Amino acid sequence: MVTRIDKTFAALKRQGRAGLVTFITAGDPDYDTSLAMLKGLPAAGATVIELGMPFSDPMADGPAIQASSQRALRAGQTMKKTLSMVREFRAEDDTTPIVLMGYYNPIYVYPVDRFIADAVDAGVDGLIVVDVPPEEDEELRPAANAGGLDVIRLATPTTDAKRLPAVLANTSGFVYYVSIAGITGTAAPDIAAVGAHVGRIKAHTDLPIAVGFGVKTEQQVSELAGIAEGVVVGSALVSAIAESLDAGGKATAKTKPHLLGLVERLSAALRHEAEAAAV
Amino acid sequence: MSTVTNTRAQNTYRGGPDENGHFGLFGGRFVAETLMPLILDLEQAYTDAKADPSFQTEMDGHLATYVGRPSPLYFAERLTEHCGGAKIYFKREELNHTGAHKVNNVLGQIMLALRMGKTRIIAETGAGMHGVATATLCAKFGLPCIIYMGSVDVARQKPNVLRMKILGAEIRAVESGSKTLKDAMNEALRDWVANVHDTFYCIGTVAGPHPYPAMVRDFQSVIGRETREQMLAAEGRLPDSLIACIGGGSNAMGLFHPFLDEPGIEIYGVEAAGHGLDSGQHAASIAGGRPGVLHGNRTYLLMDEDGQIEEAHSISAGLDYPGIGPEHAWLNDVGRVEFLSATDDEAVAAFQLCSKLEGIIPALEPAHALARVIDIAAKKPKDHLMVVNVSGRGDKDLDSVASYLDAQTRGAN
Ligand SMILES: Cc1ncc(COP(=O)(O)O)c(C=O)c1O
Repeated sequence: MVTRIDKTFAALKRQGRAGLVTFITAGDPDYDTSLAMLKGLPAAGATVIELGMPFSDPMADGPAIQASSQRALRAGQTMKKTLSMVREFRAEDDTTPIVLMGYYNPIYVYPVDRFIADAVDAGVDGLIVVDVPPEEDEELRPAANAGGLDVIRLATPTTDAKRLPAVLANTSGFVYYVSIAGITGTAAPDIAAVGAHVGRIKAHTDLPIAVGFGVKTEQQVSELAGIAEGVVVGSALVSAIAESLDAGGKATAKTKPHLLGLVERLSAALRHEAEAAAV
Repeated sequence: MSTVTNTRAQNTYRGGPDENGHFGLFGGRFVAETLMPLILDLEQAYTDAKADPSFQTEMDGHLATYVGRPSPLYFAERLTEHCGGAKIYFKREELNHTGAHKVNNVLGQIMLALRMGKTRIIAETGAGMHGVATATLCAKFGLPCIIYMGSVDVARQKPNVLRMKILGAEIRAVESGSKTLKDAMNEALRDWVANVHDTFYCIGTVAGPHPYPAMVRDFQSVIGRETREQMLAAEGRLPDSLIACIGGGSNAMGLFHPFLDEPGIEIYGVEAAGHGLDSGQHAASIAGGRPGVLHGNRTYLLMDEDGQIEEAHSISAGLDYPGIGPEHAWLNDVGRVEFLSATDDEAVAAFQLCSKLEGIIPALEPAHALARVIDIAAKKPKDHLMVVNVSGRGDKDLDSVASYLDAQTRGAN
């Protein structure tokens, strides 16, 4: 079966450009606004959508995504609602891949088998579960793969040569290279160092590589586009959502255009990079 | 190393964890990839240190001359009379340097950090006792020390905050989530991910990713080993029951572990029931939680239907945590340890009783254990030997108890 993720990266390759991978948290700042933004992402230039499953204790995330999770949870977001957002999105868009990203506990208690069945049914394409390293993923990955979901593993600056093959062994869809040793939305990646790491990963796998963590500006996006098949932007997007809210933390008329405007600019930066490279 | 399974195939409760850090269903290494290489390094370093007799010898020296071990096993005569049943012994961990059992573990971890060439120490703390112990040993060994503490705990454990500052530690008040221990642990993990090369994360209890639960247990087991010798010396036989409070469970595991395979010994862990188990405001993760994954391990957790972690409540900052160490979770499921609970009210009453009858002001954490000692001891025969871990002293809690009693008096009027 050729998955949406495979088709998307194959198309990017034909076009000779990198994709923009956008992260927003499901239900931030509320279900309806979040769904409207989700539906608007592909037209604004998102090639792959990472949809955050909010969690009370996002240990690998910086302040921006922590706040985003809190907003979603306060607005009543649940795993069921996150899956129903995907279903509503899929009713209109059958091509843009959606990868759910988050922490294990809400999946574990769902429980795992039912979560996978419901996620497949809703039209999810892949999972990134931050706190399930290869050492613990036997109870999740085989079942997810059997259901047709890619389990996208993270490689990081601390993943050394000895460990890398084990990390890559069962990943599918794409590889997510975490560009900094740190939490989301903090330090800016060192482009040269990222390039060296990505080169090392490419020696071990033919999968596309998406680079993220700390990517905020159009400049960074265009630089990373020359290195990897995908560039992930998350904290900058949820910060844009935060900026657009009213004093009570509620969505305003500005919320959706503010987010999608930023996505359009980031996407344009990516395409420019591709055009420049083609010349 | 150990390839012991967690079944009782080998007829022991002391064989865990397996090579992946699992105690049956519980434990494991549920951390982000960035941390995985670090905890594998730590495991290797700990395995090497354990096999190196000079490591234990040096630790024993510091335990004797710096911590002040062995801590006494004390016959609490007036409390025994008051209860009218079992002979109650206190394992006096509150007499250790820094005033709690926490220092036993911190010494081991800081020695390990030095061995690994780490130059920066971070820790989370709730009541502040683990923070104080960490700040103390960092002062002794000349290491910079950063302590994450929920802002709620900073406010209710002021004396410890001051102590840590005097000892030269930097306190970072955590404003996220419930602003207590679990959030302090989140922030410490975030710090570690961002400072992987030079930093050692000194976890304060038998929780977190493997190898922490086993390593902290090993460092704390000095409590049970001493108790065994001391009880043999005092009574010529082993105790009949052991009891300790449970935050993450390190003082309890330290007392229990050396006795787990003694079939006749009853073992009780006491969780914090806060305003009552039915109130929804408590910290009793075995009584009121279910298995889930947080902070690197699978264990019993307080959470809502959707898997969101709930805020714990306890008058005792050291017990105010929505989880429990994974080995306790397993010991509960296999039935070796019985988990009870005590409310805020019961703990404060036991705190007062122990102070008046024995001249020992216990911390609010072990006051929870003492609350259950009082009623269990009353039902036991006079030749029943019971040991309670008095895990810390109560100086840090005087403000909390005063304002609690104040509110009670006002409420009654
Ligand atoms: C005196 C004392 N006892 C007990 C605890 C609870 O921790 P644990 O269950 O790991 O012993 C604390 C924690 O701060 C403490 O300070």
